[in-house]
Amino acid sequence: MNSSNLLSIVTFTYALAAFLYIVSWVFKKQLPGRIATWIAIIAVIGNTGGIALRWIESYRLGIGHAPLSNMYESLVFFAWTIGVIYLVIERTYQNRIIGVLATPLAFMAIAYASLSPNISDRIQPLIPALKSNWLIAHVVTCFIGYAAFAIAFGISLIYLLKRKKTGDKDGFFNHLPDFSTLDELTHQMVTLGFLFLTIGIITGAVWANSAWGSYWSWDPKETWSLITWFVYATLLHARMMRGWEGKKLAYLSIIGFMAVMFTYFGVNFLPGLHSYGQG
Amino acid sequence: MNKETGSAGFPGRLWKLFASVRLTVIVLLSLAVTSIVGTIIPQNQRPEAYLNEYGEFFYRILSAFDIFDMYHSWWFQFLLLILSVNVIVCSIKRFSALWKIVFVKNPFFDISKFRDFSDKEEFVDTRSPEDLKRIYVPIVSRSFGYRRIEETDNGFCVFAEKGRWTGIGVYIVHLSVILLLIGGLIGSVFGFKGFVNIPEGKTINSIRLSNTGKAQDLNFDIRCDDFSIKFYDSGAPSEYRSTLTILEQGKSVLTRDIIVNDPLRYKGINIFQSNYGELPPKDITLNFKNRITGMSNKQKVSLGQQINLSEDMGQFVVKGYRNSYDFGGHNLGKTFMGILTPDNGSPVHVIMPVRFPVFDRMRKGKLAISVEDYDRRYYTGLQVTRDPGVLVVYSGFVIMIIGCFITFFMSHQRLCVEISKSGKNSRIMVAGTANKNKLGMQSRIKKIAKNLSK
Ligand code: HEM
Repeated sequence: MNSSNLLSIVTFTYALAAFLYIVSWVFKKQLPGRIATWIAIIAVIGNTGGIALRWIESYRLGIGHAPLSNMYESLVFFAWTIGVIYLVIERTYQNRIIGVLATPLAFMAIAYASLSPNISDRIQPLIPALKSNWLIAHVVTCFIGYAAFAIAFGISLIYLLKRKKTGDKDGFFNHLPDFSTLDELTHQMVTLGFLFLTIGIITGAVWANSAWGSYWSWDPKETWSLITWFVYATLLHARMMRGWEGKKLAYLSIIGFMAVMFTYFGVNFLPGLHSYGQG
Repeated sequence: MNKETGSAGFPGRLWKLFASVRLTVIVLLSLAVTSIVGTIIPQNQRPEAYLNEYGEFFYRILSAFDIFDMYHSWWFQFLLLILSVNVIVCSIKRFSALWKIVFVKNPFFDISKFRDFSDKEEFVDTRSPEDLKRIYVPIVSRSFGYRRIEETDNGFCVFAEKGRWTGIGVYIVHLSVILLLIGGLIGSVFGFKGFVNIPEGKTINSIRLSNTGKAQDLNFDIRCDDFSIKFYDSGAPSEYRSTLTILEQGKSVLTRDIIVNDPLRYKGINIFQSNYGELPPKDITLNFKNRITGMSNKQKVSLGQQINLSEDMGQFVVKGYRNSYDFGGHNLGKTFMGILTPDNGSPVHVIMPVRFPVFDRMRKGKLAISVEDYDRRYYTGLQVTRDPGVLVVYSGFVIMIIGCFITFFMSHQRLCVEISKSGKNSRIMVAGTANKNKLGMQSRIKKIAKNLSK
């Protein structure tokens, strides 16, 4: 089996896990949830295997490099980080509700990688500009940050839904974690994401400085990552202002994740992009 | 300074404004929103490009606001300035208070507060308080830096805490923001960024600046000894390599290869591989084919050298070379141009694309001339920069990461273990707080209680 096949199977495994999390939530049943956890664990293991296999394959092709060099590989890694962070949260808080949003996100990331006609899953040799250890540090840290923001986004959505639906007695939202727990969780994910986004931007800057001699040149991708950083810095400070409670912060977290998505995908539609942004 | 007077007077109000997190939020959001503009409108193009795109009217409006170089515009820099003043004022205002809290000798513990916690743990132990004290104190000390034992009415109490100093984490982050801005400023005032193309074998001592196009002298010479490209089997480039020699007063001091991602640094100046190109070749081997006799004749010439052809065919000179040549809408690629002057006739132009050796047959002359071979000569394109601010920026980077880590993942944790006599047994209460990650602290308290009750 090659890595592409394995990762296709992983895609469906994530889909199955997502389905079971949703079933468990909608029908308030424990069993599907417990199975979902196991399926999610299998998906993450398969995802890990797929990444490792792809790495080995690149060496067999004689162009060995860490599988983090293009859109396909970064999306696969993105799914992996979402999966891992989610499972840690599930274990820590003994609550499966976030899986209802986290596993579909992981599924969408990896499904988009496999199915989009614009994204090639071929293993390509590295162009000279990408031959840098800073690149690996850059991609890894950015995507850990993105994954944490993705989960914060999911929790914020749950938060807003719950806010809307409180009062309606047997809605799906009554056995969700309480507001303060959701708030705290969002904050933890945002701080985790902010730390890694910061490191990601910094390693990117160091890489740019070692390849082109300037650590910052305001190209659209760089600028959008900074915009994202500003939004989350705003969120961190807004939390300390009186009058800014959960709901507004949840909106900011959603806007922040939009900025993440735009940094990642949308920038490709802007004029004047660096070559390394393209899959 | 006027800070004690609070809201009295204009300076006081201004101080308060700059010390507010509200201003931070406004400025950060403004930076986020305005930054979008520069990603939608391409920056630093030539004026004609903008005139084409937006027309005269909008061009004037947009350029009045420096939109075409917005990240260096006065108003963007102004936002950054407000941000820095905000950070500095805010830090000054809070730091003295923070200092007193952080570096207190005998921290104050209020036992009744701990007793009020809803998530405290309580249990009963058959051993006496004195026995328990001997067991508990080492356990608590193991994970808390500071501890103190106080007698209570019917037992005693162990207070412990750690991470009091983590409160300064935020200020470390804020300091790093200032360092980044200062570093950037130093770079833009004292640094430069330029480029230079050096043909193989040639030496230069000045470069061209990217922003102004002016020449910038270096205090040394750079010679390009060699340039080479390697390719993968697929044809994609795998490596660009230049061998450079640095010369001081004509003497070579240092020779090194540079590749992309591995620049040469010399006397504060950084030299990066960024580009390359092909130069007009010097030596060309031409093939003259007599279309009547079918005989071929190879001859080596250099660019611009006039030669006499055998069989009284006249004279030939290679006049020029182009990397691409447009012929009726087709790009012929690398192409040589020459002039053939027959002994008794007028000169004719000859086009010799390297990729299409039979091209000149179309001319239907007596001779068909093609390029057999030529020496490939490259020039290397170097980016040359000087940025004395990089060190400041990089220390800002390091400090920012450390500061964020402290701020987000280390907390000030306080613990209280109360042991009181209750008949023959001891009643134990374990309670604690943390200023961050309260959920984590809850499970920590549970764990400590479990440890103690063993
Ligand atoms: C881009 C610039 C800035 C960054 C990256 C930044 C970053 C941070 C971070 C990460 C925190 C910790 C938040 C938390 O505990 O969750 C923080 C807290 C804080 N920031 Fe900033 N900040 C910036 C600018 C400012 C400015 C301009 C001010 C001036 C008012 C400011 C005032 C504060 C205050 C008062 C706190 C809370 C400190 C405390 O907990 O006592 N920040 N900042």
